[in-house]
Amino acid sequence: MAKGQSRIVGILKKYEADLLNDWLGELKASGADSDGRISETELRNQATEFISQLREATQSGNLDNIGTAEWQAVRDFLDGISRSRVAQGFRSDQTAGFIFSVKKPLFTRLRKELGSDADGLAEETWVATELLDKLAMHTVHSFQKTREDVIRRQQEELLELSTPVVKLWEGVLALPMIGTLDSARTQIVMESLLQRIVDTGSEIAIIDITGVPTVDTLVAQHLLKTVTAIRLMGADCIISGIRPQIAQTIVHLGVDLEGVTTKANLADALSLALKRSGFSITKSKA
Amino acid sequence: MSVIKSDVLPIRSEQDIVLARQAVRKLTQELTFSIVDQTKFVTAASELARNTLIYGGGGDLYWEVILDGGRKGLKLSFKDEGPGIPDLKQAMTDGWTSGHGLGMGLSGSKRLVNDFEIESTPGKGTRVTITRWK
Amino acid sequence: MDRIPILQMGKFLLVTIQVDLHDRLALTLQDDLTAKIEKTNAKGVLIDISSLEIVDSFIGRMIANTSSMARILDAKTVVVGMQPAVAITLVELGLTLTGVQTALNVERGMHLLRTSLADKEADDVCDQV
Ligand SMILES: Nc1ncnc2c1ncn2[C@@H]1O[C@H](COP(=O)(O)OP(=O)(O)OP(=O)(O)O)[C@@H](O)[C@H]1O
Ligand SMILES: [Mg+2]
Repeated sequence: MAKGQSRIVGILKKYEADLLNDWLGELKASGADSDGRISETELRNQATEFISQLREATQSGNLDNIGTAEWQAVRDFLDGISRSRVAQGFRSDQTAGFIFSVKKPLFTRLRKELGSDADGLAEETWVATELLDKLAMHTVHSFQKTREDVIRRQQEELLELSTPVVKLWEGVLALPMIGTLDSARTQIVMESLLQRIVDTGSEIAIIDITGVPTVDTLVAQHLLKTVTAIRLMGADCIISGIRPQIAQTIVHLGVDLEGVTTKANLADALSLALKRSGFSITKSKA
Repeated sequence: MSVIKSDVLPIRSEQDIVLARQAVRKLTQELTFSIVDQTKFVTAASELARNTLIYGGGGDLYWEVILDGGRKGLKLSFKDEGPGIPDLKQAMTDGWTSGHGLGMGLSGSKRLVNDFEIESTPGKGTRVTITRWK
Repeated sequence: MDRIPILQMGKFLLVTIQVDLHDRLALTLQDDLTAKIEKTNAKGVLIDISSLEIVDSFIGRMIANTSSMARILDAKTVVVGMQPAVAITLVELGLTLTGVQTALNVERGMHLLRTSLADKEADDVCDQV
């Protein structure tokens, strides 16, 4: 960094209002607010906030390492910007553009202040470029992370949606599983079943695997562990819809389903569940 | 692989086991492990800390938050300078205990984590290292 | 805190474990409970572990032992409120708490204790006849 205090610090203070106006001009020219996803006021507020945060942080004299405590507020602010840009559906280059477009206004001021001092100007321009590039990088990085989080959350939600836990009766939950089970999916689905048992206070859960073509050792073991965990919590579990091939596999794999209640189909499982809960079903005479 | 942060905690009293559990819980939360993963890892840590105290006569827990190829993980190393374990295979068997335990601590914690390593030299001491990835 | 409070509710005792138990505290609880069963002639014990974030082999063993000791003293134990993550972990650890009766929550646990006490009293009457 330059010897003594960087001139950037002074410029940010002296020309705060001018910088802001020029920057907003740049942003408008680049069409940052043209499609109405972000309002002019919002953009202005964000720009104002950024300039003032930047001024605060540069006062520490550290202009080359944005990972330190002085830059915490700026980083947090940029993380916030990234999150809102993700939510508003912007691309990462558009988000980085927000920071890059402050370059021109800042360089113009630097030239004005340091016009005659060519060396000083070159040096300060370099410092400013480096700094803004780092801040833009941070923003893009944070943008990508936010987007990855969003995607992961959506995938998890989709996974849960694809195997919903349904309440069949007071105290009886059912989990109809459909499609190929892999270990990861089984795990997530089972965890959500256990949570629903607690939330609803249901004492019987039916896992119906009629729609499952095959099970491998891992999945079979996972089913067994789920049954054991459900019992530990004080509820009970019935597995229904085990098809002949799956029954064979389970035996071949040596997975011990001894002591686990199994029923041929969901209807039989429900009728057993109701009986255990003390309900009886009779046909009304009419 | 790089270490993001690390520290050492003493395991010299029963209270230390509680403190170790709490420290590990906090780290797993910082790493945003799922509740199930948090619980599994804290439980494994509790088992190993108790072994360090009871059989190893006390020792230390070294923890590291690590970064490897973009994924983050938590690595714990329990180290003591106790009598060591003469027969590791036996000690790692479900249900085997030299004392009055259930003999599930070592074998069970292995199932609760992603990586499990145990080194022991009779007369020198024991070190058990476990890792769970985010 | 160096003792877990034990509440008496008629013929039953209720223990709510709300702190991260260190080993000695767990053993003290075991002693206190058995002493109190004997003193109050309690017929049932409810151990609420819904606030417990982990159950390791030590706590697991304490719970299993307490339940066996209570049985010898003619009281039935029900452990209630185990968190899903705790249950999943116990299964993976290899502890299934055999012989320990569990229920989803305090209400269901109480119901279990009451029905089993009623059954038992009916049996005792038969024995007398
Ligand atoms: N740090 C250690 N130093 C020396 N011996 C050890 C150490 N850790 C474990 N062992 C030996 O290995 C055996 C098995 O340990 P493990 O934790 O599996 O069971 P446990 O402690 O006996 O019972 P549990 O943990 O189920 O209550 C112990 O009984 C002990 O002999
Ligand atoms: Mg042990």
